[in-house]
Amino acid sequence: MIPLTWFVALSAILFIIGISGVLLRRNLIVMLMSLELILNSVNINFVAFSYYLEDMTGQLFAIFTITIAACEVAVALGILIALVKNRRTFNADDLDTLKG
Amino acid sequence: MIVEYILFIIFAVVAIVSAGCVVTLRNPVHCAVALIITLLQIAALFLLLRSPFLAVVQVFIYVGAVMVLFLFAVFLIDVKKAAMDMFKPKYRALAYIVALILLVESLFVIFSGGIQELTRITEAGAEVKVEVIGRTLFTSYIFPFEIVSVVLLAAMVGAIVMARDKKE
Repeated sequence: MIPLTWFVALSAILFIIGISGVLLRRNLIVMLMSLELILNSVNINFVAFSYYLEDMTGQLFAIFTITIAACEVAVALGILIALVKNRRTFNADDLDTLKG
Repeated sequence: MIVEYILFIIFAVVAIVSAGCVVTLRNPVHCAVALIITLLQIAALFLLLRSPFLAVVQVFIYVGAVMVLFLFAVFLIDVKKAAMDMFKPKYRALAYIVALILLVESLFVIFSGGIQELTRITEAGAEVKVEVIGRTLFTSYIFPFEIVSVVLLAAMVGAIVMARDKKE
């Protein structure tokens, strides 16, 4: 049987790749994709612990996480479409209107 | 079972490499395709964890719906121009340092803590039936389920309002 540690380590590595994507990239779409990576790494943790603790709750929470991620993507892409209509840019650094 | 180990290593390596591609590739379309590969590997890992229902949900919702939305959004932007601006040069070193510290920290915690002792009591290979998942979702977890459905409705309306033309 595969040790639980392997799954948790894989999920941590994916989480950190996602975080570095959000920190490094300035393209808003790629930043959103990195957010999806982060959410998926959390899902791996949920399902792995649910399997090893023989408790189904982790799977149910993974379903909820997937739903919330879908909501987040729908709203975020709606905002991006409104943005590209108004400002013609997808670079996070160009959007500094609120900066004093 | 040695086959499970080999499969896990294949899925994990492909997932990590393609996740790295999501972060490092210049063209947003290539990033989206790399993300699709990562999500498929994660679905395969769910199968290794004996959760076939979640694997199917992952493929349907993430690969089927979310990534198609992403690709539609990529069509709206000028890909050539987006490929030009790469990483933010100023804070790049800082971001690398933060990510490295986080990686070392979390791997240290994982491999030194008490997670290793956790093993299944019953025989490996028993999977949770979809029927049980559905029954629990609609009895014990009916309140979060309803909340999530309201959130989904709000997101749907919100997305339409955001993307609509303001002129009419």
